[in-house]
Amino acid sequence: MSEALVLEPAVATADTVADIIDLGLLSARRIGARGTIVRVHAPDDELERRLLELGFVEGARVEILQEGLFGRDPIAVKLDDMRVALRRREAAAIQVRFDHAGASA
Amino acid sequence: MTDTALAPARLALVGNPNTGKTALFNALTGSRQKVANYAGVTVERKEGVLTTPSGRVIHVLDLPGTYSLRARSPDEAVTRDAVLGRLAGETPPDVIVCVADATNLRLVLRLALELKQVGRPFVLALNMYDIAQRQGLRIDLEGLSREIGAPIVTTVATRKRGIEELVAQAEALAGSMPMGENVWHEPSAEEIRQAHSEAQRILRAYVRPPERPDTLTSRIDNVLLQPVAGLLILSAIMFVIFQAVFSWATPVADGIDTGFVLLGELVGRVVTNELLRSLLVDGLIAGVGSVLVFLPQIIIVFFFILLLEDSGYMARAAFLLDRLMGVAGLHGRAFIPLLSSHACAIPGIMSARVIDQKHDRLTTILIAPLMTCSARLPVYTLIISALIPSRVYWGFINLQGLVMFGLYAAGLISGLVVAFVIRRVFWRTASEPFMMELPTYKAPEARNVLLNLWQRVVIFMNRAGRIILPLMILVWALSTFPYPPEGATGPAIDYSFAGLIGHFIQPLLAPIGFNWQMSIALIPGMAAREVAVATLGTIYSVGDVEGAGGAVLQHIVGSQWSLATGLSFLAWYVFAPQCVATLGVVKRETNGWTWPSVMFVYMVTLAYLAALGTYRGAVALGWG
Repeated sequence: MSEALVLEPAVATADTVADIIDLGLLSARRIGARGTIVRVHAPDDELERRLLELGFVEGARVEILQEGLFGRDPIAVKLDDMRVALRRREAAAIQVRFDHAGASA
Repeated sequence: MTDTALAPARLALVGNPNTGKTALFNALTGSRQKVANYAGVTVERKEGVLTTPSGRVIHVLDLPGTYSLRARSPDEAVTRDAVLGRLAGETPPDVIVCVADATNLRLVLRLALELKQVGRPFVLALNMYDIAQRQGLRIDLEGLSREIGAPIVTTVATRKRGIEELVAQAEALAGSMPMGENVWHEPSAEEIRQAHSEAQRILRAYVRPPERPDTLTSRIDNVLLQPVAGLLILSAIMFVIFQAVFSWATPVADGIDTGFVLLGELVGRVVTNELLRSLLVDGLIAGVGSVLVFLPQIIIVFFFILLLEDSGYMARAAFLLDRLMGVAGLHGRAFIPLLSSHACAIPGIMSARVIDQKHDRLTTILIAPLMTCSARLPVYTLIISALIPSRVYWGFINLQGLVMFGLYAAGLISGLVVAFVIRRVFWRTASEPFMMELPTYKAPEARNVLLNLWQRVVIFMNRAGRIILPLMILVWALSTFPYPPEGATGPAIDYSFAGLIGHFIQPLLAPIGFNWQMSIALIPGMAAREVAVATLGTIYSVGDVEGAGGAVLQHIVGSQWSLATGLSFLAWYVFAPQCVATLGVVKRETNGWTWPSVMFVYMVTLAYLAALGTYRGAVALGWG
């Protein structure tokens, strides 16, 4: 994939954009964003372990279901087959490779 | 073998939250349960007893739910220590039952892997198995059992299915399995990751995902978690609870009240010795009555809590309110205790146990008595109707109503400010991350609700009642002894200890505009806030304040108190801890006199400052 980008850097059409890896923090996204967790890392080791214990682990699927009314916080997410509520502050420890809207299933 | 077979065995239930663990506990032990606290901590200890078909007695311990043995809260520490067999004052369990929601196995498998390290024999109970089957979830029970090294029993706790088999399995293990070596240690982040991939591997190998996964919960959540609609629905639910606690409880509470007054009259007619009669009627019977009178509200509050918890809605409410309550440094679940406290702080403080985190819970308990409870209303009504003119502004705002509203708002706002100060000044570092599972919606089970409701009643009567009743009798004794001397002309209370204390503290209360009658009324008023009104009636010798005496008292207050004094009295009642029952229940809920003392001191301080400011301000405005 990175090879393709190196070969044709100037002609990034809609199709190739879809192939670019859309990495981001769970805390920065809005309702409907979904993807696969690639990294869980908090400066506070305790928080990292708590997130892991609740199932926020590399490889798990996440999707933002709802946001709170005030400051769009906290968020309710679907995490594999369960649902979890957490604040965006804690969600900032979760890095996700988001499914791109244009990507084929 | 026969000897050991009949020796009592100990079973401990461990599992993630929301797996129906308590329902399984109820199915195992029925009503043979005892609720107390673990030694030295405020964590609730639930133990039950069952007898197996072979005649062996089994003690079952329902441990607090957890995702890991790596404990973070006092509740989880209890679970960890009980499982490891090192909980002070507890006999280690012979067998552990790991309770799992069969439709949500991922996290519990990781917990089971931790239990395996402990080396104690355990059984995996796949609960809610009927739902798993309905969803078309396939589990290779034999393979899974081999993999985790423990027998598996499928159960449906709410229908009592699989219970006999679970008991049989546990009993077999208790008799035969040798204790393995304990190699458990607190897992690092890396080890948790490894355990997750191990659980994932097991899941892939032995569990086929459901053919018809549950979509109901998602569909309900689309509405209930929706920011605006969700909050509106939550407001409606809160309104119903508020109404119920306020109006449904009142007739029953009044009935209890009347019943005890009648009982008192009856006993009063039989007993002729005046001291004995006063002790029985005014001390004991009135005291027991004043404890029982809280029951209707407690039952209603906990009825709603159980419905909200068991249905899965409580976590949603906490989600919706997290940001709003968070402004004041409170947990989203604090809405239940604060709402209930508007009826009475007793059920409010008891219900603060819906909050797991220690600091969040203590903050809520500390501010609960600032909410305007119904016992303040007789005091507010007396002062307002006596001293505030019934003037109407802009055609619809009545000045008396406005003052009443102001008193409610003062209680609520000052409570939130106190919470804010506690969290920002005293417990700054204790901010807990907000992370919780939103469980699958379920219809609450009538049996479970009733059983748990009954436990609340027993706990209140047993524990809180034992503190409240002696305090009530103490207040009675202070207001009764010593008797007035022969030929005394003033009211009897003037000569009692309460009178002495009242006269003694009067110089302290003079700067806030209190006369000696008010100072004395504060002492019996410790039994309950509204008692102050009756005491004022006694001191001013107006007769029954609930009958014709009420109007007379109102007239006396209106003509003898200045407006500044009346307003100062109102300000005092917004803040003052004029209720020994509240202090007693805080003692019970926090396991010691530290927090009731803190509460008493901070509330008296606020009350004095508020009354002082109000009085001085009013005098400056020429209302003295």
